[in-house]
Amino acid sequence: MNLVLTELPPFDALHAVLIIPASAAALLALLPGYWLAARLNALAALATLMAALLLLVERPASRGGYLFVDDLNIVFVVLSTFVGFTTAVFSATYIGHELEIGRLTPRYLRFYHAMYQTLMFAMNLGLLANNIGLMWVAIELATLTTVLMVGIYRTHEALEAAWKYFILGSVGIALALFGTILVYMAARPVIGAGHDAMVWTALIEKAAGFSPELLNVAFVFLMLGYGTKVGLAPLHAWLPDAHAEGPTPISAVLSGLLLNVALYALLRFKMLLTSNPAALSPGPLMVTMGLISLIFAGFMLYRRRDIKRMFAFSSIEHMGLITFAFGMGGALANFGGLLHMTMHSLTKSAIFFAVGHIAQVKGTQKLADIRGLTVSHPALGWGLVVGVVAIAGLPPLGIFMSEFLIVSSTFAREPLLAVLVVFGLLVAFGALMLRVGEVAFGEPVGSTAPVQASYVPLLAHLGLVAAAGVYLPEPLVEWFQTVAKLLG
Amino acid sequence: MNGLSLDIAHLLAGGLVLTSFMLLYQDRMYGLLNTFTLQAVVLSASVAWQANIQLAPHLYVTALIALVLKAIIIPVALHRVVARLGIHRTIETVVGIGPTMLAGMGLVALSMVVMLKATAAADPLAREDLAFALSVVLLGLMMMVTRRNAVSQVVGFMSLENGLILAATGAKGMPLVVEISVAFSVLVAFIVIGVFLFRIRERFDSVDVQALDVFRGERR
Repeated sequence: MNLVLTELPPFDALHAVLIIPASAAALLALLPGYWLAARLNALAALATLMAALLLLVERPASRGGYLFVDDLNIVFVVLSTFVGFTTAVFSATYIGHELEIGRLTPRYLRFYHAMYQTLMFAMNLGLLANNIGLMWVAIELATLTTVLMVGIYRTHEALEAAWKYFILGSVGIALALFGTILVYMAARPVIGAGHDAMVWTALIEKAAGFSPELLNVAFVFLMLGYGTKVGLAPLHAWLPDAHAEGPTPISAVLSGLLLNVALYALLRFKMLLTSNPAALSPGPLMVTMGLISLIFAGFMLYRRRDIKRMFAFSSIEHMGLITFAFGMGGALANFGGLLHMTMHSLTKSAIFFAVGHIAQVKGTQKLADIRGLTVSHPALGWGLVVGVVAIAGLPPLGIFMSEFLIVSSTFAREPLLAVLVVFGLLVAFGALMLRVGEVAFGEPVGSTAPVQASYVPLLAHLGLVAAAGVYLPEPLVEWFQTVAKLLG
Repeated sequence: MNGLSLDIAHLLAGGLVLTSFMLLYQDRMYGLLNTFTLQAVVLSASVAWQANIQLAPHLYVTALIALVLKAIIIPVALHRVVARLGIHRTIETVVGIGPTMLAGMGLVALSMVVMLKATAAADPLAREDLAFALSVVLLGLMMMVTRRNAVSQVVGFMSLENGLILAATGAKGMPLVVEISVAFSVLVAFIVIGVFLFRIRERFDSVDVQALDVFRGERR
C-alpha cells in the first residue's frame, strides 16, 4: 500500500491547476443536463482558482521537470483562473438563455462545457510549461478548442469566422513552431542535445552563449507566430470575427485570457533575447507592432456596426498598447504593461458580460438597434457605461492609472513615441464615447423585457478595476515590481 | 557520419523543395493532390533517413505517421471531398503561375541567404536542412496566399507543415518531435474534417476584414 502511494505523482497545487480542469472536462463531456453541468463548470473553475491561489502562497521548488512556477507566470495563472471562474458563472446564465431560445441544443451544451474546461487546462499548461515545445503544444490545443467554440452556433457567419480563425491561427502556430525549433538549434551547441535544450530554466541561464544570428531569426518567426495569436495589427484579421460570432463567454475568455497567454509566450522569448547581449534587441520590433495595432484599431473603432466586433477592435488596441509597453522595457514601462494587462483582462471581460446579456435581451448585436439602455435596463446599461469609461481610460479607474504610467514613462525616454501613443488612445477614446453615448442614453429601442442576468461577475470585475484605480495594495505593487525587473 | 549519408539526406530534403515547386504549378485539383502525396512520401523517406543516420529510432514513428496519414489517408479523403464538391477542374489562382514560380525562386534564395548566414556555426547537416525546410515553409505560405480554393489552401498548409517536420527532424536530438508531429496531425485532421463537413468550397474570398465588413453591411 505504501509503495503504491509513493509511486503516485505528488498531488500539489501545481498539478491541481492542471488536473482539475482536465478531469472536469472529461466529466462534463459525459454529463447531460444543463443545471448540473453549468454548476459543475463553475465549481471546477472555482477549484482551479483556489489551487492557483494556493500556488501563489506556497510555491513548489522547481524540479527541472516539465512544469515550473516563477514570479512571471504566476501573475498570468492567477489572472486567468480568476477570469475563468467569473466567466464560468456568467456562462451559466448566458447558456441557460441560449438553450431556452434554442440556439444551442443539449448535445452541443455538453460539448461546450467540456471545451471550456479543456481551454482552461490548455491555457494553464501553456503558462506553467517549463519546456518551449510543451508550451507550443498547449497553445495549439487552446487554439483548437476556441476554434471549435467559435463555430458552435453553426451559422454561416460562425463557420466562416471559425474557419478564418483556424487558418490564420494555424499559420501563426506553424511559424511559432519554426521559431521554437530555431531556438532549440541555437541552444544545442551550448546546452547539448536532448531535453535540456528546450527547458526554460536552462535556456534563460545560458542564453548569453547562444548564437545571436539564430536567435534573431527565431525571434522574427516567434513574433509573427505568437503575434498572430496576440492579435497584433497586420495579423489580427481573425480576431474581430472570432469575437463576434462565438458565444459571448468565449469572447470574454478570448479577449481576457487567450491573448494574454500568447503574449506571455512572446515575453518569455523576449527575455531570452534580452539576456544575449549580441542578439538584436526585441524592443523596437514590439514597439512598432504595438503602435501600429494601437493606432489602426483606434481608427477601426469608428466604423463598427456590431457591438461585439467593436469591443474586439478595442482588444486589439489594448493588446497593442501592452505590447508597446513591454517593448519599451524598463522597470516602469513593464510595471505599467503588467498592470494594464491585468486591468484590461478584468474590464474587457466585464464588458463582454454586459454585452452578452444586452445582445440576448435585444436579440441583436447591431449597434444601431440598441438604444437607451440606461433607461430600459439600468443595471446592465450603467454596467456597460462604467466598463466603457474604464476601458477608454478615464480616471479614476484602473486603466487610467496603467495608461498614465505607460505614457509618462515613455515620455521621459522617447517623447515622440509618447505623442503617438496618446494620439492613438485619444482616437479610440472618441470612438468609444461616441458609441456608448448612443447605446446607453436616449429613447430605448427594441425589447425592454426584464433580463435574467448574473450581475455578480460584472460587479466583481468592475469593483476590482475601480479599486485598483484608487488604491493598489502594497504587496501587489511589490510583486509587480519584481516581475517588471525580471522582464528587463 | 560519412559523406554519402549526408548526400542522401540533402537529396531527400532538396526533393522536398522540388515537390513544393511542383505544387505551385499544378492547375488540376487531382494533380495537386497527387503531387502532395509524392511530397509526403519524400518527407517520410527523409525523416526515416534522418532516423537512420542520427540513430534515433523514435523518428521512425514520425516517418510512419507522415506516410500513413499524409500519403494515404488525407489524399484519399481529399479526393473524395473534391469529387463530392465537384471542384476537380481548375484551381483558381490569384496570381499567374509564372510570377508565382519566380516569386518562389526568390523565396528559396531568401531562405538560403538567411539560414546559411544565421547557422554558420551549426553542423552542415542541420544547416542545409534548415535552409531547405524554411524554403518549404515559405513556399507553402505562398501557396496559401495565392490560391482561392479552400482545398488547395489546405494542401498549402500541409506542405508548410511538411517543412516544419523536416526542420524538427533535422535538428539533431530535438525532444518532443514525435509529440509535435502528432499534435500537428490532429490539427491537419481537423482541417480536413472541417472542409469535408462544412463543404467549404472557396476560402472566404479574402482574409482581410474589409471584405467581411462589406458582407455584414459594416461598411458605409
